[in-house]
Amino acid sequence: MPVRSKPAETSDPRLARRSFLGIGAALTGSLALGVRPGHAQPASPPAEPPWSQSIGPGVVDRPYGRPADAEADVIRRNVPWLTAGTESSISFSPLQSLHGIITPNGLFFERYHSGRPDVDPDQHRLMIHGLVERPLILTMKDIVRFPSVSRIHFIECPANGGMEWRAAQLNSLQFNHGMISCAEWTGVRLSTLLEEVGVKKEAAWAMVEGADGAHMNRSLPLHKCLDDCLVVYAQNGEALRPEQGYPLRLVVPGWEGNVSIKWLRRIKLGDRPWYSREETSKYTDLMPDGTSRGFTWLIDAKSVITFPCPEKPLSGPGLYEIRGLAWTGNGKVKRVDVSTDGGVNWQTARLHEPVLSKALTKFTLPWRWDGRPALLESRVIDETGYVQPTIAQLRKQRGSNSVYHNNSIQTWQVKPDGSVFDVQLA
Amino acid sequence: MFNSRNRAMLLAAAVAAVATAAGAAEPGYYGYGKIASPEEIAGWNIDVRGDDGAGLPPGSGTVARGTEVFSEQCASCHGTFGEGEGRFPKLAGGMGTLKHDRPELTVGSYWPFAPTLFDYINRAMPMQAPHTLSADDVYALTAYILNLNDIVPNEFVADQDSLAKVKMPNRDSFVWTDPRPDTMAKPCMSACANPADVKIVSTAEGRDLTPRTTGPLDTMQPK
Ligand code: HEC
Repeated sequence: MPVRSKPAETSDPRLARRSFLGIGAALTGSLALGVRPGHAQPASPPAEPPWSQSIGPGVVDRPYGRPADAEADVIRRNVPWLTAGTESSISFSPLQSLHGIITPNGLFFERYHSGRPDVDPDQHRLMIHGLVERPLILTMKDIVRFPSVSRIHFIECPANGGMEWRAAQLNSLQFNHGMISCAEWTGVRLSTLLEEVGVKKEAAWAMVEGADGAHMNRSLPLHKCLDDCLVVYAQNGEALRPEQGYPLRLVVPGWEGNVSIKWLRRIKLGDRPWYSREETSKYTDLMPDGTSRGFTWLIDAKSVITFPCPEKPLSGPGLYEIRGLAWTGNGKVKRVDVSTDGGVNWQTARLHEPVLSKALTKFTLPWRWDGRPALLESRVIDETGYVQPTIAQLRKQRGSNSVYHNNSIQTWQVKPDGSVFDVQLA
Repeated sequence: MFNSRNRAMLLAAAVAAVATAAGAAEPGYYGYGKIASPEEIAGWNIDVRGDDGAGLPPGSGTVARGTEVFSEQCASCHGTFGEGEGRFPKLAGGMGTLKHDRPELTVGSYWPFAPTLFDYINRAMPMQAPHTLSADDVYALTAYILNLNDIVPNEFVADQDSLAKVKMPNRDSFVWTDPRPDTMAKPCMSACANPADVKIVSTAEGRDLTPRTTGPLDTMQPK
């Protein structure tokens, strides 16, 4: 039943309560009679709904489909005060409304440094040069001819959760965790392209560069390029979206999203890294002693409970399914544990198939809520045995001047009224 | 029924398939695309290596020229002296703050390599018209921003040789190998803490920093 203004979905629980007592009460009354808000006619049993007594639009009414109108709230959103403008900025996937490990293409998070370029695929070229035998220029048609592979991988911006280093700040799953998305990518192995150009013996690094205004560029060690990197033109079965790099992007599985260069136009091999602005001024980690770490590419294991969450509170005591997502740049998720008492006791959650390397993995755990305050947490263990830390454990090493690579355990505080808040524990 | 020519072709195909699967195809095996000419490469070959300036183009620029170009092309966002308008990045200052509670990361206080500054301005700035400046102007802007940070004197001329020789104040503070994992927690399952010690030390409740996640996009600014 697509009731849009369900009071429990209001992000501010005070408002939720108010509307529940006010408008909500009126709604509840009319719902009991089967009246859809905004519709004069009753539509729930025993009434026969109007959509069952009429004929709908025909095929190709929407030649390219779109979500139901009632799902209009499920969109990427930004934090306007975070950046000077929207051209070098970030938007967040609405994880609170997603149900699987694949992010729909229109909801995949965005990160631009110079806006979203409008690239002409016929004129787009990939140039591969530097320490190679045969410097090449490839068209999109050329690239699609190479042997193709499809792989499911997440991409996470390492700044995901970066606003929570000092304290709990944003009361939202979307804004604290939505810089991650996962898709099936189709393209050619980067190793295939590098074999085709012939890598010279001295080569040890690659510089990868985009065709956007930022000419975004990063250095990658050659061993990673030859291991599992993909040069892709498709995302979840259709051409890449412009937001994700149309017509061509790099996917560097398990590593921070910034290296998965979008609108990929150039790969240059060299013997040393480039130390570009994006791997010196940015995407480095300032430590408490004033030193900084560079080339910290790996996405450490992380998990989060996606239901309940601030956006999706509980609607009264009873049986629920705690749901969440886990991932690791190290490979596969091995186990996820869930606590409802702030980490005192843990229960192992069920992992849902497929459990894929460097992809989102879904977990669930049934939970009977007694209506008392609770502190919900999830903790992932990956196939290397690495255990997701608490924010306190991580801060002990990293201090709180970091921006990137906060993979700590998220704590959701559940209040007796079912509302959920982002908190941090001692 | 294969004649010997067919058999040879099949064998060749099988060998090629194995070679590809094993990741050992000869360069040019597919033969797609075209060889990049030196002119084509030159047009896109803009990268400059940070630590030694490899790739810096011919040309030069003074601090004085940089002052002019900066006020025309950059000051609207970054402020006349690189102080940063609104939320636009500050390009100068913050020296010695890296251990502070609120460190200020700028070109002067944080960046390890001067040639990276040339590379970034050249590839990405000015924001609304990236990669439109002449090499001389990019050198001049680089000189101006380094001068704003008291890293080079007023008479400094930036060029292929001089930039790589500039030693940035924070150069030696970077570690370029990843020491993680940071933590080696054990996955305790029960009575992992004293329930009395489980205390909320911070909450996002009531902070008024969170945009709406329903309805139209929020334009909120913190109060
Ligand atoms: C329209 C506003 C705007 C103008 C004009 C502009 N910039 Fe920027 N500049 C930005 C933004 C925004 C960023 C941050 C971009 C990012 O992080 O992706 C930035 C980043 C920079 C940085 C990197 C700062 C750091 O610490 O990482 C430098 C250096 C810089 N600009 C130099 C210049 C120069 C030189 C000019 C003039 C040629 C210029 N900018 C013009 C908006 C502007």
